Formats: sequence, structure tokens, C-alpha cells
Amino acid sequence: METAQQGGFSFDLCKRNEFFAAKGVQHPGFTKTGTTIAGLIFKDGVVLGADTRSTAGSTVADKNCEKIHFIAPNIYCCGAGTAADTENVTGMVASQLELHRYATGTQSRVVTAMTLLKGHLFKYQGHVSAALVLGGVDFRGPHLFTVYPHGSTDSLPFATMGSGSLNAMAVFEAGFKDDMSREEAMALVARAIRSGVMNDLGSGSNVDLCIITKDGVEYLRNHEYLQTKTYERQFPQKFASGSVPVVRERVYDIRRAVQVVEGEPMEMEVS
Amino acid sequence: MGTTIMAASYDGGVVMGADSRTSTGSYVANRVTDKITPLTDRVYICRSGSAADTQNLSRYVQWFLEQHGMELGDDPEVKTAAKLAQTMAYQNKNLLQASGGLAGLIVAGWDKHHGGSVFAIPLGGTLVKVPFSIGGSGSAYINGLCDRLWRPNMSEEECKAFVVKAVSHAMARDGSSGGCIRTVVISKDGIKRSFIPGDEVPVAAGELPPPVRQVRA
Repeated sequence: METAQQGGFSFDLCKRNEFFAAKGVQHPGFTKTGTTIAGLIFKDGVVLGADTRSTAGSTVADKNCEKIHFIAPNIYCCGAGTAADTENVTGMVASQLELHRYATGTQSRVVTAMTLLKGHLFKYQGHVSAALVLGGVDFRGPHLFTVYPHGSTDSLPFATMGSGSLNAMAVFEAGFKDDMSREEAMALVARAIRSGVMNDLGSGSNVDLCIITKDGVEYLRNHEYLQTKTYERQFPQKFASGSVPVVRERVYDIRRAVQVVEGEPMEMEVS
Repeated sequence: MGTTIMAASYDGGVVMGADSRTSTGSYVANRVTDKITPLTDRVYICRSGSAADTQNLSRYVQWFLEQHGMELGDDPEVKTAAKLAQTMAYQNKNLLQASGGLAGLIVAGWDKHHGGSVFAIPLGGTLVKVPFSIGGSGSAYINGLCDRLWRPNMSEEECKAFVVKAVSHAMARDGSSGGCIRTVVISKDGIKRSFIPGDEVPVAAGELPPPVRQVRA
């Protein structure tokens, strides 16, 4: 091929893909997080929750993924939509906020994270498919936002997102109260996520929780381990002694096969 | 964002009103939305159409007005804010998407030169100064009502009662409007916000009275 000398772009593969598409070949899709994520504000902070299923089409791609992302030491963010987009957009904002903290020497605010996220998502007109539940505590108190892929935001006392959002919202609408205790809030969020895990096909596996207060963060990975493994792979494979029957036994005398020769020490030249 | 928004001028200022429903398809994404967004201390904007487009447009206008206010050394005029919003709505009208194509906005407020004023920025991105304006999908149901009820030189209380009545009638008939009613009164004395919860919204003809609110322990 002479393309290497010419430079520029080669569109051969586009033609090939068009040809495949005409023949009815399905291209592989992106890994999406058909998801249940939720959050609520309680007496002294915010509780965020997420399921742990990641899907590619109708296949479960990861049975125990992490959907609660770090934004700042006092701010976390649940992500639904295309996994790559939620991962990268939260990572970018986390990085920008860290630099901002070095520049100002003050704690990050939740609204700042929200504004950075919506500005980015609006710029890409919905092509960055990240649907987020952003929560945290700053000097103004607890805050909770939903951020849509097109760049709109809502500030709410309780919020849900993802394909299981309707299931989770039904639980919140029935059980939410102002100024709940930490335990009540954790139980309600876990119940909302569980409702998504049980009733929504896109959501499944386990429940992650993240509790943020002014005194710190408690990240409870697999707070509810709903899908216990039926089989655990052993590596290295171990067999209990006696599990293999002895058919034949032979003993060799190694001294008959090996000859031991004593070596002479050699002088080394050190000039 | 299927919506009912409105703003009306009275003797000493303006009253702005809106429902609180934000929907994505047939799902109510937020039932306590605030569609009346501040642009400056004394100028607010009622948003209808795409939530993403109108929130971000408002953010840009806020930013421009903040700088303009500093250069001016004074509060920006309502018409300046309205013209900025109109320019952004018009220049980006190919990009803005909403129920029908674009963003429908109402800018209203008070300044010391002209008192209270209302500017409508309808779908195409024109700018019209009006005594009162209604917008959003719910406004189609209350044209007659508003033409009948609005009159010049109302008091603040009369004007607020007019806005609440009009918005509640629109919410009763329009499926994409509902929830609570939010109002903002802007005059030389500053702003006054009020919030009418869903079970206290006036009942229209043919509606059942709201259920008694459950008080949970």
C-alpha cells in the first residue's frame, strides 16, 4: 500500500463497514450502564446509592462495577449512561476541582462541580451521554443535583436516575421524610436501589452506598451483596490429598543415574 | 419542558408566575422545578422550552450582565437584559430545540429609569415590550382568561391574584403543566418569592378537591 507515503486519511474501512451494514451485520455497541442510581439529603448529609451491573446490549459485561465516582473529598457522583462517558466526565471534573483547590486553598463546592459538568455536557449537545446524580457537603450544607446528558440540572432533596429511576423514585416518594437519621436514610436508599435491581432488567447485582457528611465520607462498596457467587474459581487449582487414586508406584534410586564429579578450584586473573 | 409561565406588570412593578413541572417524555423528572431564574438582583427570566438550552442561556446572560453592571457602576436596565436574552435566543435559534423548535422566554423586572417592565421573547427570537405576557404549552388555554382579567394600574395583591388564577387554570387543562405555583414579585423594594404547594393550588371547575395531606410521624 502506498498510503503510508501519502499521509492523510484512509476511508477504506468506512466503505467496508458500509458494505457490512448493507449485508445486515450488527456492529458492537458501547458498554452502557443500564442503571439504578439514587441519592437523598438527610439530617446531616447526603446518601448516594448505585447498583453494580454494567451491560453491553442484553449481555451483562461486568457484574460488580463501581458507579459512584470520586469528585472531591467532600463530593461524589453516581453515573448512568455510557460507562466511558460517565467515567471520563467525572474524572475531568475531579481533576479540574483538584487544581482549583490548589489555586484557592478552599474546599470545593458542590455547585462548582455541577456547573463544570453542565457546561461540558451542554457543549456536546447530549452526545456525551452521562446522566448523573451529584451529591456532597460543603460549607453551605448538603447539596444534591441531577445532571442530564443535554446539560440541564435540577436541585432536589431526593433524586434518581437511570433505567431503574422509576422503581427507585416510587420507593422515595413513598418513604421520604425531611431530616431523616443516617440509618433511616441508608435503609431507604438501599431499598430504592434494591427495587431497581429486582425489577429493572438493566440493573442488577449489588448495592453500593456512599454517605457524605461534614465529618467525612463512608464509601460502602457492596453494602448489600445480593448476588452471592455460586462458584468461586480457585487459582492455583488445589486438590485435596487422596483425591487421585494411585494406580502404580515405582521408586528409582537417583544415585544410579547421576554421577557426581568433584571440581578443582581455579585461579582467577586479577591484573 | 411543557410549561406555563407568565409575567404581568402592575403599578409599582411586575409579578412573574410559573408552574413547576419538568417532564422527559411522559415522565415527570422534577415536580418542584424553579422556572423563574434571576438574571440580576431586580431582573428575572421565565423559562420555557428545553431545560438544558434555557438554563445555559440564562447562565450566559447572567455572566454578561454581571460584567455590564460593573462597567456601568449601576444595576443593568430590564431592557438590556431582555435584549441580551433575545440576541442569544435569535443567534442560536438553529441550535435551540424545544416543543416546536425554540426557547420561549419572558424577561421582567424593575429598574429606576422605567419602573416595572415585561419583555416577551417568543419562539422566533423577537423582542416585544408588553403589559403582560404568557408562555409555554399551558398558555394556549388561558389567552381569553388573561385578556378578560388583566387591567392597567392593578395593586400588587390584585396582580398576584391574577397571575395565580391564570397559572392554576392553565395547569388544570394542560397535561404538561402542573405541580406547584411559584411567583416572584419585583418592585423598587426588592423581590418577594412565594410558593403554593400542589394541594393548595386553586381548584378549577370539574376537579376533585385535593386529598387531605398525610402527616407522617
